[in-house]
Amino acid sequence: MNMIRARQLVYDYEKRDEEGNYAGVTRAIDQVDLDVKPGQFVAVLGHNGSGKSTLAKHMNAILVPTGGTIWVAGRDTRDSEEIFPVRRTAGMVFQNPDNQIIGTVVEEDVGFGPENLGVPTDEIWTRVEESLKTVGMLEYRSHSPNKLSGGQKQRVAIAGVIAMEPQCIVLDEPTAMLDPNGRKEVIRTLHELRKKKQVTVILITHYMEEVIDADRIFVMDSGRVVMQGTPKEIFSRVDELKHYRLDVPQVTMLAEELRKRGLDLPKGILHREELVDAICQLK
Amino acid sequence: MSIKIENISYVYSPGTAYEKQALKNVSFEIPDGQFAGIIGHTGSGKSTLIQHLNGLLKATSGAIYHDGKNIYDKGYDMRSLRSRVGLVFQYPEHQLFEEDVLTDVCFGPKNQGLPKEECEARAREALELVGFPEKYYLQSPFELSGGQKRRAAIAGVLAMKPEVLILDEPTAGLDPKGRDDILDQIQHLHERTKITVILVSHSMEDIARYVERIVVMNRGTKMLDGTPEEVFAHYKELEAVGLAAPQVTYIMHDLKERGHSVKTDVTTIEEAADEIMKSFRKRKSEKGSFHD
Repeated sequence: MNMIRARQLVYDYEKRDEEGNYAGVTRAIDQVDLDVKPGQFVAVLGHNGSGKSTLAKHMNAILVPTGGTIWVAGRDTRDSEEIFPVRRTAGMVFQNPDNQIIGTVVEEDVGFGPENLGVPTDEIWTRVEESLKTVGMLEYRSHSPNKLSGGQKQRVAIAGVIAMEPQCIVLDEPTAMLDPNGRKEVIRTLHELRKKKQVTVILITHYMEEVIDADRIFVMDSGRVVMQGTPKEIFSRVDELKHYRLDVPQVTMLAEELRKRGLDLPKGILHREELVDAICQLK
Repeated sequence: MSIKIENISYVYSPGTAYEKQALKNVSFEIPDGQFAGIIGHTGSGKSTLIQHLNGLLKATSGAIYHDGKNIYDKGYDMRSLRSRVGLVFQYPEHQLFEEDVLTDVCFGPKNQGLPKEECEARAREALELVGFPEKYYLQSPFELSGGQKRRAAIAGVLAMKPEVLILDEPTAGLDPKGRDDILDQIQHLHERTKITVILVSHSMEDIARYVERIVVMNRGTKMLDGTPEEVFAHYKELEAVGLAAPQVTYIMHDLKERGHSVKTDVTTIEEAADEIMKSFRKRKSEKGSFHD
């Protein structure tokens, strides 16, 4: 069974005029078919307004489809009985860590989710400890979240979600407000999470460097999935990506520039070591 | 306008349990017309620093000179200082509020007490400078895309005709094309109007591509100051404080380690490609002469 499966998914936002009267619709998701397997690390790219966030909000039933169907671990999100199971299956992390942290002490914040689920107290403490360990924040358990760096706060937010033991975690631009170190910390944490707990990761981002180790990339434009494939396949299509207002990682860009100038390098180079090796092998 | 910061320190909530020294003896000078960048990890003091530049915060000690005049002197015109140093905050589009874009951009000059026609003329000029399409002038700012909203917000500051423009992470949350567009536009603006621009950013790649000079902040002090080449040569120290060099700089270091004779003080893709091609040509000609 797929973790996420969407068929002919459509979502229309209703537009309203100043008096609040109905004034037509904007189609944010347009006939999307999508499959994410359990344990996959999937990235969704697309320019501002391409429909990425709207799609993400369908994955834990914050929004339900106008047309078509989305199943989260086999559950149809339009079925009102399924909303809570769906939300327990897929947890979400948003852009601004300051809007997601509510506790005055780190461990309290992480315990909030499982407490709401009615998990017994002893079990909550085990989960809090385990989650903080996974994101590398255990030593900060009794700190105030206010004093943490952006990357640390975002990792606490992630710990808060994994303490609810979801099978899938959806992150909507979790690194947009972070400095380079914070970004690295968060991405590293996500890969760990997938490896250690087999959690499915769905990452939405504008930073191309963050997705080079994903299993699969979906590119969205005007509410549709317009490209999908491995990072190597996707980033080999530089011109197409630029057309969708996207970019390629700096390493790929440099390799492409060198190819243009006549060096015989393979397409779709993503990692720094890969490029350095390829250059050193040239005669 | 030139800005000189002399030994400034700033303490938040002095004398309370929350007392925190945010800036410690920071000094530097930004000459008129420079395109400068400020980098530093979250909490390094960047935002506190830029709020001193237009007088939003007053240093606990030290002095700031604008065109040679100390802004802390009695009788210094703080009001005019705020319109001469334009500050674009993070996510400036959250501050849009008027019914249409043009009126929103007029808000600054209107507050400066300018007549209506002059306000509108300035608003139009500012919107043009940031590349905002004329067909949206009368639209509600809330119906615009993220990139356009941000342009409108930057125009709102430019309409006050500042001599210095400070931008705090102007590209956060924008898609790659939106990022390039805004920064290209700022560069263009800098070339056309010669105003001093100070860019605060978390993207080392962007900083390397656009600015002439970088000030690195760490724990409230100035840690490094120089051209991108000079600053990114200290990539190990930058990493130790949560920053990094642009990716291409690392590639050049790797190549050098593996025996390629390339310069390592390279910070953009263009420069890196030039340098790598040069090393191949050099090698070829050396091989050629060996066979001769």
